[in-house]
Amino acid sequence: MALARHLYVHLPFCSSRCGYCDFVTVIGRFGEHARYVDALLREFELERETLAWEPETVYLGGGTPTLTEPRELERLLRALPGSAELTIEANPETVTDELAALLKRSGVDRVSLGAQSFNATHLETLGRAARPDDVRRAFAQLRAAGIDNISLDLIYGIPGQTPDDLARDLAEAVALEPEHLSAYELEAKPGTRFTHAYGAELERQSDSLETYFERVVETLDAAGYRWYETANFCRAGERDLRARHNLGYWRGDDYLGLGVGAVSTLDGVRHRNAPSLRRYLEALERGVRPPRELEELTPEIRRTERVMLGLRLDEPLDLTGLDAALDSRELERLTALGLAVQTGRTLALTPRGRFLGGGVTARLLA
Amino acid sequence: MEQSRIRNFSIIAHIDHGKSTLADRILQLTDTVSAREMREQVLDTMDLERERGITIKAQAVRVRWKGYQLNLIDTPGHVDFTYEVSRSLQACEGALLVVDAAQGIEAQTLANAYLAIENNLEIVPVVNKIDLPAADPDGASAEVADLIGDDADHVLRISAKTGQGVEAVLDAIVDRIPAPTGDPAAPPRALIFDSSYDQYRGVVAFVRVVDGVFRPRDQLRAMALGTRFEAQEIGFMSPTNLPVQELHAGEVGYVITGLKDVSELRVGDTLTAEKNPAAEPVSGYKEVKPMVFAGLFPTESDDYPELRDALDKLKLNDAALFYEPETSQALGFGFRCGFLGLLHMEIVRERLEREFDLDLIVTAPNVAYRVRAINDTGWTEVHTPSDLPDSFEEVEEPYIKASIIVPKEFVGAVMELNNGRRGHFDHMEYLSPERVHLTYEMPLAEIVLDYYDQLKSRTRGYASFDYDVSGFRPGDLARVDILVGGESVDALSLIVHREFAFERGKSLVEKLRQEIPRQMFDVAIQAAIGARIIARETVKARRKDVLAKCYGGDISRKRKLLEKQKKGKKRMKQVGGVEVPQEAFLAVLNLNETSKR
Repeated sequence: MALARHLYVHLPFCSSRCGYCDFVTVIGRFGEHARYVDALLREFELERETLAWEPETVYLGGGTPTLTEPRELERLLRALPGSAELTIEANPETVTDELAALLKRSGVDRVSLGAQSFNATHLETLGRAARPDDVRRAFAQLRAAGIDNISLDLIYGIPGQTPDDLARDLAEAVALEPEHLSAYELEAKPGTRFTHAYGAELERQSDSLETYFERVVETLDAAGYRWYETANFCRAGERDLRARHNLGYWRGDDYLGLGVGAVSTLDGVRHRNAPSLRRYLEALERGVRPPRELEELTPEIRRTERVMLGLRLDEPLDLTGLDAALDSRELERLTALGLAVQTGRTLALTPRGRFLGGGVTARLLA
Repeated sequence: MEQSRIRNFSIIAHIDHGKSTLADRILQLTDTVSAREMREQVLDTMDLERERGITIKAQAVRVRWKGYQLNLIDTPGHVDFTYEVSRSLQACEGALLVVDAAQGIEAQTLANAYLAIENNLEIVPVVNKIDLPAADPDGASAEVADLIGDDADHVLRISAKTGQGVEAVLDAIVDRIPAPTGDPAAPPRALIFDSSYDQYRGVVAFVRVVDGVFRPRDQLRAMALGTRFEAQEIGFMSPTNLPVQELHAGEVGYVITGLKDVSELRVGDTLTAEKNPAAEPVSGYKEVKPMVFAGLFPTESDDYPELRDALDKLKLNDAALFYEPETSQALGFGFRCGFLGLLHMEIVRERLEREFDLDLIVTAPNVAYRVRAINDTGWTEVHTPSDLPDSFEEVEEPYIKASIIVPKEFVGAVMELNNGRRGHFDHMEYLSPERVHLTYEMPLAEIVLDYYDQLKSRTRGYASFDYDVSGFRPGDLARVDILVGGESVDALSLIVHREFAFERGKSLVEKLRQEIPRQMFDVAIQAAIGARIIARETVKARRKDVLAKCYGGDISRKRKLLEKQKKGKKRMKQVGGVEVPQEAFLAVLNLNETSKR
């Protein structure tokens, strides 16, 4: 069995929950950070043999990983294996000079900063703790500490956000000269508190929101960023600034996930740890794996996922072994519509095809 | 039996005015059915529960009353079956005209009463439900007497429910209705007034013997269609069928033919004996032709064979039902069905859904058109709008004589409605100081969509309506096609009067625009007459359609979303390269939906 080359570690703690968020998060509970890090390390021991000795990437996501007590965070970072890329997600309000220094000395070489917006009203609407100044300050502190690969997360399509507001957010982000940007459209999931509060307003805005994705891509392209994945951009140039860890997902690589609610995909099987913190901790304190859901990835599923994920990238998808997953008549039609381009054994979407990537992929799949 | 001791009669009544109850009471009073056997409304045998014990439809029941043989011949209750009603009436010498003492005369009663008068039937007027608190026996009696030109004192007043006055009705049948006057010695002739199908014995004909005698094993011939068969059994119903050795002139009964196809024996045709054939058939036979057409499609395309089998079975009992396979881009495989009228369509649809448990899509109905091609003298019938050629010499559409009875305050509302439907006012008369009878000449096409609903809502439910097809007339008609992505959608074509073409085209196009989801490209939705576009809407292309984030923890969920999207795609129909959900067509096409507009 080939060993996974990517490790994901989930740190669920947050100071408060953002209305739109659907990740596994745990509010507060500072007293449990040490317990949780113990459990993570115990789980790592149990799974160690599935991961390459020196993995290519390690990624700490959350939650708010940088909310973890500094002592515990540092203990965790030191215990994790060395890698070519070590990313951590950070919220601006948690960043201090001390934290930046801690990250740097613990080997973190990439920080994904959850800016979301530079508009005070919109940050409030999203339920974010940070203010616009926090974002700029945090960015500067990380830079000063020597982090030379920073990614900014932006959200667009916020209730009340006008096209001009969006342009200002993008300009502010570009002005910081981040190496990488992720831009997501706000997903108002049915039944959430957020949708209850803002659903009607989003509905009213929907015609104009339709154009935001194009605006984001145009603006960032003009600013010298490469639109290398549906929602991700990196500064173009000599250095390949794409997120290596995430590229692993999009290319269909195996990965090991540790932590409450974390997902691993290993050798044709996907498992998801149960989302209950208590059960996670109790299991590992007994020295056993946490309860988890298993999903068998049949060859058919794996082909489907290869197409679904591969077409998110700007690099052409190698179709070798994927013929059974594709509807050749649809492929012809989409090509005729100028949404996809087939060259030899590879397939890529045109820019317009990428804007419609969801629908295009649904059609392409047999 | 001596013809002088035979009386043949029908009951003419509006729905709910008490025909079935009166029939029940007659069966009871004459001891045809004992109280123990009595089930309510024995004559209505559609209901399978009630069919037990009665092997064939009791379309005619023989009862005995004071030494007389009375034959009660059932008539279908509705306008769509005018021809069948007229044949049933032709089999009688008299009719009970039953009117609800509280409701008075309704349009349907009127139509059938006129039919009876045209057939020279002796009419025995009866006012029913005199026991009801709201009854107005004097008013109702006056209306009925006025209608048939009789004296109000002559109107019998009864309560079929309590039995009050029903004996007097039986006496009046004997006293007032003439005996049959056929020739017992002439070559045998019998009028077929109804038929049904028995799965073991084949087609059963219900007949009125006009002349001569019929016997089992006789070689018989239907004179109009030429169908030949041997009478396997003859008899009468009382109310179960009782075989006899002879059916004589003046009597009513059944003939079991052994024929396997109801269309071989038509209502109105005359049976005679091969050995001793009559020279002339009984007059009045005509071939009934369906006038209203609609597409019937199974909601689940897998149900197509079931729908076909069900139609085959219904057809056995319903010679007027017409159907042929139809394929639609929008709705898949189904049938184009022809009906005598709207009620007939409703009955067929209900039976398919209720008795055969089918889920159906019924397209908006259209009428039968006839068209004469350029430089051609012959007419071709068109049952499907998309079959109307782009250019033609002339096209004709069926017209009706519409008969509407309303309280006088709604006359204006009815006139307004009819004027907007190309109606030509014909006649107005007061049936009573309060109630007015209006007649109009109108295109049948104008009533097939939502006329009933409109009439009801504009008259607060007080109007009663009836119609009779009066023939074909030329019309300034055009075929409007609906194009999606430049391609015509067959099922959505319609034939309309040019005056309404723009309006109808526009509303269809608008509705369809709302129903068709946005695609990856702009989709034009157009209404066109020939090459001329009369209305246009555009479904703007989507500008984005992506699953925002997709990382390690999201993959399974996103894949499932995609698979759902893909499944949705399978249920889409492709028209002009556009994916249209079946629901979109349904919203525009479905009869139920259309009539709600």
